[in-house]
Amino acid sequence: MRAPVATAVAIGLGIVALLGYFVPLPFLVDIQSLLLSWAVILAAVAALVAIFNLVRVHVRKLRGSPPKQRGDGYSLLVLAGFAVTFLAGLLLTPDHPQFQQAVLAVQTPVETSLIAVLAVTLAYASLRLLQRRPNWMGILFALSAVFFLILASGALSGLRGLPLLGDLLGVVERLPLAGARGLLLGIGLGSLLTGLRILMGADRPYSG
Amino acid sequence: MALSNIFGIGLVGLGLALLFFFALPGRQREARAWRPIPAIRRLRRAIGLAVEDGKRLHISLGKANLLTPDNGSALTALSTLERIARMSVVSDRPPVVTSGDGALAVLSQDTLQAAYRTSHALDQYDPDRGRLSGPTALSYVAGSLPVIRDEQVSTNILIGNFGPEVALMTEASEKARAFTLAASDSLAAQAVLYAAAEETLIGEELFAAPAYLQAGAAHQASLRVQDVLRWVLVALLILGALLKMAGVDLL
Repeated sequence: MRAPVATAVAIGLGIVALLGYFVPLPFLVDIQSLLLSWAVILAAVAALVAIFNLVRVHVRKLRGSPPKQRGDGYSLLVLAGFAVTFLAGLLLTPDHPQFQQAVLAVQTPVETSLIAVLAVTLAYASLRLLQRRPNWMGILFALSAVFFLILASGALSGLRGLPLLGDLLGVVERLPLAGARGLLLGIGLGSLLTGLRILMGADRPYSG
Repeated sequence: MALSNIFGIGLVGLGLALLFFFALPGRQREARAWRPIPAIRRLRRAIGLAVEDGKRLHISLGKANLLTPDNGSALTALSTLERIARMSVVSDRPPVVTSGDGALAVLSQDTLQAAYRTSHALDQYDPDRGRLSGPTALSYVAGSLPVIRDEQVSTNILIGNFGPEVALMTEASEKARAFTLAASDSLAAQAVLYAAAEETLIGEELFAAPAYLQAGAAHQASLRVQDVLRWVLVALLILGALLKMAGVDLL
């Protein structure tokens, strides 16, 4: 077994944290809270390490290793933006209103523009859906998307008062909820088994 | 102790016991053939072609925070990454990994290192191949686009926690004429990916990816446990509905 100490520590702490959720004994809950607060600090340090790694990647790009590629000039922009934001954050602290205003003044328009591009991309993808998936599932997906768009717009609200059709609409409206619950149960089971593999020591994403 | 807590402990205990049972060597030999997933078959072929052609694989692990409940998809993505890195270790161009969370980026470097060490090719390991491309959902996508576009990538594997913004990555991949397999644990992203991605994994298929890439006995055993637990949940749902109809409310 590779990294037996790390594996034993991960399994032991994982079991304690899990028990803290299910068995509400005060000392277990205290240990769980302590472990989670350590994890938050470690995650923040990891974020900082990852950001400095990103800086190193862009420095390497600028120095031509690997060989120059199209768009490498943007790396200079990234590094300059990072240096200014990092220094301003250190001097003013991230809670400073002017610092937050300056960051948001850049971030908000850029992200809004990306969302606008995303809207066009999604519209184009939906137009190409039947070309990409020319099967009964694709047709059903497209038809149900159109139907529920019409339903959500309120165009069929006049039919709700009718005796049989109104009930049928009510049933149809619940179908996406049932499908979503089915998918979420599957995802929940998958997540549970992923956690159990780590508790068993069969999956070790931490051992290097 | 609340009934929901007892049920939770029971489900975890049953899952653990079944996992040990199905992972036993004798039970492994009895394992039946899995339902074919065409997307994974195409992925294996795309990985093989990328290695042969000297092109790069790009694996994007999503933006899940490891301290939140959606970390299951990120951990599965890391298992998938390790398997893919080992499959492509002979390639001239090592895979590049992007993620949208700092801890996940560090773990991706660790996973790549482990894969190269296991394959006795540690000299090929480059920590800069596991990158944080952005700390927010949109900056992560924006930071991943140059990787898809400029790094001679022929196959993009997007697996983990993504939102609908993942469509920008699939679009960039299509423009670069690269193969894309995408899977997310978010329902909104799954709907988007069904329309926008070349191949997609729906629902719990995301968690089956490592087993289908032959990541090991524990992954194959966990697929069988998932099947058993699914039937247990179906039975409990029906029982709960019947009890509710009879006027008994346990929770």
